[in-house]
Amino acid sequence: MTTVINVPPSLDEQSFEQIVEQLAPLPPDQKVLFDARRARWASPFGLTALLCAAQSRTERADFAVPEHPDTASYWARTGFFRHAADVFTLHGHVPRPRDGQDSDVLLEITPVIQSDDVHTVVTRIQHKAAEILHGQLKLETAATMGFGMMLSEACQNIVEHAGRGGWVAVQTYNFRQRLGRRVVVIAVCDAGVGFRQSLESDPSHRRDDRWGDARALESAVLHAMSRFKARDAGRGQGLAGIRRFCARWDTKLSVRSGTARIALVPAWDEDEALQQRLPYFPGAQVQIMIPERLASDPPSAARSRSTERAR
Amino acid sequence: MMHHIDVSTVLRGAVCELYSNLVTRPTGAAVRTAIEALLAEGQPPTITTIDFSHVNLIDFSCADEIVAKLLLQHVATTHEEARYVFFRGMREDHLDAVEAVLEHRELALVWDRDGRPELLGRVDDDERLAWNVVRTVGPVWAPHVASSIGASTDHAEFQLTRLWHRRLVMRQSDGYVVPGVVRGVAA
Repeated sequence: MTTVINVPPSLDEQSFEQIVEQLAPLPPDQKVLFDARRARWASPFGLTALLCAAQSRTERADFAVPEHPDTASYWARTGFFRHAADVFTLHGHVPRPRDGQDSDVLLEITPVIQSDDVHTVVTRIQHKAAEILHGQLKLETAATMGFGMMLSEACQNIVEHAGRGGWVAVQTYNFRQRLGRRVVVIAVCDAGVGFRQSLESDPSHRRDDRWGDARALESAVLHAMSRFKARDAGRGQGLAGIRRFCARWDTKLSVRSGTARIALVPAWDEDEALQQRLPYFPGAQVQIMIPERLASDPPSAARSRSTERAR
Repeated sequence: MMHHIDVSTVLRGAVCELYSNLVTRPTGAAVRTAIEALLAEGQPPTITTIDFSHVNLIDFSCADEIVAKLLLQHVATTHEEARYVFFRGMREDHLDAVEAVLEHRELALVWDRDGRPELLGRVDDDERLAWNVVRTVGPVWAPHVASSIGASTDHAEFQLTRLWHRRLVMRQSDGYVVPGVVRGVAA
């Protein structure tokens, strides 16, 4: 018997939890159908996490394609169906992606399996990132390079820790719901071993009573812990670097892994800093949301930092 | 003996002709290994300029693999085999990653900032005071540094020795100098 998993009409980081809630009670070999026929919109997180949901099933899942032609066409332009065909059995009309890139899609959904993929991602996005971050979001040019570094480090987490491939996608859109500004959103998702199991693989790791997914996320995201740190003190700096970028550019970072989710929440948003005892979902799912700057915003920390260095 | 190493050329030669970004640990490790091989060709004491002018982007992993680990090796060498590195062509956005890894590992380096040598990384006030004197008037010995900073000769000697162990100054027959510097400016 096939269990139907309803895909919400608007699929983003929050509403993806509805999918996790439906999946978590099912055994991995339970046949499932992801019904996206009524879906109208999806964020990069929603699309990459959907691919991970398929990857997490041992029995190949079915997928019902969105019925609305605009939605299906947009999903096609993000590259979703190209990768979905590898992990789902697709049902319904899959449109061919239009020639030429969509201006809102900075980076189509791209698989990240090995180090070379990280080079590809960073190279592919560089020119367009400068155009969007500086031209549209009014961020200082320094943000473009910081963006590339952050993207590189987020993707490397998959290569070094997940134990299996994942996906990255970057889009820009108008975030009316909370901010009323344009945002650039990076999603880096995998269905691998997750932060807790990765840190537990360090031979020097010691569990205590509080150990679990939430503690593992705190250790990695807030305290730069890495399973490699015992033999190389320089490890764990990638997430620390992402955290610094977020602080400097008023950016939101959230990471879900296993049964927990941690978020660095800027003043423009409301969210829980740490959520525990969520329904289980394998791997790690990262979202980074960079907002547009307005002339009325205070000067960025980057400028003050340059001044500090020059003294 | 002075070497000049263009990191971008090393990247294309050692890893991939098509790459222009220093990203990922394997890339950083491959570039560092290639730089080490070039450094091994010279007889110590050597000064090597590591040039980032043509590097587009460097991430934290590569900064750690290339900059931090090269410095760690240089700090670990004995007096007889002392080697010095001087960094050039680092832009503000390169510094984000480089400075972060230096802070993390409590390291420091000498770099050319618009033609003027500067320290970057973890350096305390006493070290910086002594280093500034060496940069301006080197070659110089401890008594001169002591009078310039208003401290005892023992204190100045102690700071110069610390800087020398960190390979932030060179000890020559005529006094201490900043590597890569001639009369206060980058050579």
